[in-house]
Amino acid sequence: MVAQNVAFGILALAMVLAAIGVVRTQNVVHAALYLVVVLAGAAAQYILLAAEFVAWVQVLIYIGAVVILFLFGIMLTRAPMGDLEGLNNRQGLPAVVATLALIGTLTALLVDAFSDQEIVLDAPTPTADIATQVFKVYVVPFEAVSILLLAALVGAIVLARRD
Amino acid sequence: MNALAVEIPWGVLLAIKAVVILAVVPLGALVLGYTFLLKMMSHMQSRLGPMDPGGFHGWFQLIGDGIKFLQKEDIVPDEADRRVFALAPTVVVISTFLIFVVIPAGPRLQVANLDVGVFYALAVSSLSVIGVLMAGWASANKFALIGALRAAAQLIAYELPLLLAVVGVVIQAGTMSLQGIVSAQQDGAIFGWSGIGNPFILTQFVGFLLFLIAAQAELTQTPFDMPVAESELVAGYMVEYTGFRFLFFFIGEFGTATAFAALAATLFLGGWSIPGVHGTAADLLGPLVLVLKLMAVAFLMFWVRFTYPRLREDQLQALAWKVLIPIALVNVIITAIIKVAI
Repeated sequence: MVAQNVAFGILALAMVLAAIGVVRTQNVVHAALYLVVVLAGAAAQYILLAAEFVAWVQVLIYIGAVVILFLFGIMLTRAPMGDLEGLNNRQGLPAVVATLALIGTLTALLVDAFSDQEIVLDAPTPTADIATQVFKVYVVPFEAVSILLLAALVGAIVLARRD
Repeated sequence: MNALAVEIPWGVLLAIKAVVILAVVPLGALVLGYTFLLKMMSHMQSRLGPMDPGGFHGWFQLIGDGIKFLQKEDIVPDEADRRVFALAPTVVVISTFLIFVVIPAGPRLQVANLDVGVFYALAVSSLSVIGVLMAGWASANKFALIGALRAAAQLIAYELPLLLAVVGVVIQAGTMSLQGIVSAQQDGAIFGWSGIGNPFILTQFVGFLLFLIAAQAELTQTPFDMPVAESELVAGYMVEYTGFRFLFFFIGEFGTATAFAALAATLFLGGWSIPGVHGTAADLLGPLVLVLKLMAVAFLMFWVRFTYPRLREDQLQALAWKVLIPIALVNVIITAIIKVAI
């Protein structure tokens, strides 16, 4: 477990630094690229938690599609080479307060819910098990989410159409 | 016990695996570049240049190209974003290296037999788009930016048919592990006859075609080469790159072509397997068999590349969304029904 803890520490540090980079940089494209590091770090954390499938879904969806759409949108509209004026706003103090409140809430919740459990991470979760969970146990929520996404898709097309 | 059963410490094993991966990608890129880009294309299009250097069949051409690339000046445009510019080719090449981690060359010749095999390969292959966008933007060049945007739009559109084409194979094999898919084909039978196993190209022929078309688009090869269309965009996102950095893009392009050909060979042609050959013999013959099948698939891919003219941008998107994805979905549904029924 020691190796896992060390790896977690390194990844967490890299993620925090990159996350600070996302909000501090004056260049939108750089912000999106820092975001790639944060999301890749999250994928690596999933691997540490033996959630292999979730990790690669994270890579495919978030890095391979969402960030690419971000970059695509930025570059299609406005992506100057240098720094952009007025990209940062002066709300440092509220941001610190909100962050601390979030950390406190999450820590309290996690300790309250899982503090007496030990999760054994011997082997990666087989993908077949995940499929069984999603399509047998949680099939109704899964279908509900599908319909929600379909509705969002139809809504987007309706909003984007000009005629 | 097995004749090849030697105890190797895990650190040494890891080092060997890393060296093999590091060697396979440039080697595959060179072999494909030499065989198809220089020789096959020259024969098909009557190009005399690449057939001349060195005398016999122009064998020296590739070495000459290599020497030329290495001695070129490393130019970075004044306006370029230097760090992103320098990082972009590396991102593309790393994505290529990562695909080879799961491709098996024998029952035990594989870096890691991941349970999510194919899915992992397609997920990491999509990372190269980020490198392409980085290159196009950081070059501070309009042609490069337009090329990168075209590449991104194209790669996102063809990601879906690529994944859906593979789903049919995954349903039939019942696993996403590439090793599992190979053994499903090797030990399978066609209506009880197991003479050639059950290569999925027979049952998943539609999937095979979809996979090849989508892979062609992912590799930005003709007829889907708008991102690097030389007559419109000079060289697209690569236009500002010279010397070694350009070589990185070249290795990325042909290395990924090798990877996709190997994936197609593994998914549809049985990969390293010969029916009835198991154990150590399969480990020894596996790499050769895989390379032969891979070259056959690559031949098809490059044949199309050297034959067809370029599509228009709207035709490209229409083909992906209106033709390939619906066909792929129907293929998945039919495969699932048959799988459940039998």
